[in-house]
Amino acid sequence: MYTGSITVADTPLLRYVLGRADDALVLGHRLSEWCGHGPLLEEDMALSNMALDLIGQARALYTYAGEVEAAGRDEDAYAYLRDVTSYANLLLVEQPNGDFARTIVRQLLFSAFIDPYWRALMASTDPTLAAIAAKAEKESAYHLRHASEWTVRLGDGTAESHARAQRALDELWPFTGELFTMPAGERALIDAGIAIDPETLRAPWRATVTRVVERATLTLPADGWMQRGGREGRHSEHLGHLLSDLQYLQRAFPGATW
Amino acid sequence: MTTAPGDLTALCAEVRRVASTVVDPEIPVISIADLGILREVVVAGDHVEVRITPTYSGCPAMNMIKSELEQAFATAGLAPVQVRLVLSPAWTTDWITETGRRQLHDYGIAPPAPGGDRTALFGTTTVPCPRCGSTDTTQLAAFGSTACKALWRCATCREPFDYFKCH
Repeated sequence: MYTGSITVADTPLLRYVLGRADDALVLGHRLSEWCGHGPLLEEDMALSNMALDLIGQARALYTYAGEVEAAGRDEDAYAYLRDVTSYANLLLVEQPNGDFARTIVRQLLFSAFIDPYWRALMASTDPTLAAIAAKAEKESAYHLRHASEWTVRLGDGTAESHARAQRALDELWPFTGELFTMPAGERALIDAGIAIDPETLRAPWRATVTRVVERATLTLPADGWMQRGGREGRHSEHLGHLLSDLQYLQRAFPGATW
Repeated sequence: MTTAPGDLTALCAEVRRVASTVVDPEIPVISIADLGILREVVVAGDHVEVRITPTYSGCPAMNMIKSELEQAFATAGLAPVQVRLVLSPAWTTDWITETGRRQLHDYGIAPPAPGGDRTALFGTTTVPCPRCGSTDTTQLAAFGSTACKALWRCATCREPFDYFKCH
């Protein structure tokens, strides 16, 4: 048996909510892949805890997407029954975990953006988004602190950890430009006070990342050509593999519960 | 059937009393009322609704709390009571009552520092050991046994303990 994919309505608010939910779910799934594989027990728990925070945020956002679309879909439908091209997450969050340094640097680059993003979104004219943001903002603050401390520890650690952290930073940097892009339709949401303009976060994001990178004795890469496409559903091959793992059970056993 | 206003108040109080018997499945000494997640009881005609709010986004206890509430109402003969999740205003650790904070402490969990702002999140707040009261304590791990707790250690009595993180 096999459950086919759903097609969701293409309205700006729904697309926006799903994009934020997809960021949280995909990054949460990536972090959950560390469960049982962490470099030390405390980190195993920390990464799993952060995965839980992110998947929780995704659940709240998918549930809200269900209200916005009003097509009778619940959180599971959006997570398990959309194909890769319907996912609107940033390319950064779908990048494979790699080594611990790569996971930490990915977490730093994303958290330094999403923490002030949620903080600003607390003033959204959309009360549900404002409430979700109020919760997520505190969780992402913990994530940012964790990633910052580890970036410093790895960068300013041994020659080996320094080299790995620098390599991770160099390889992930081309995915940071997409943090500040805005898909068509989002401008109207920003003008209505529902969403916020990511461009306004570029300077604070850069200041946070620079401060951590410098303390970690790492070198900030030069801004070259930036990858993009995730928000429009053009993903790297990694997302398809991730979804095959994430969605397998609901596709093979439709509506399975336990 | 019409319900007199006095009955309505009594029904509300009864629903609230039954709801308050439900405890947090992770910390079974604190009721959901003292934890601050029982928001309100709304009675309209013969429709009774209990509103609860999630703590941490990813708290897996919410599903269980919802089903335990439904079970408590059924056992008390109050069914059907609808349990609804509300997000706004967002819960913070400041919603925990004084009684709740004491119950956490007596259970061996250091209660969160009051004032869940950013200074409380990351400031130099001292966390007194819930066992011996010493303030000579250090954080071992920011992420502990559940999403809401951090792991701390007391340098005086040498015991590790959970700290309910500010949120």
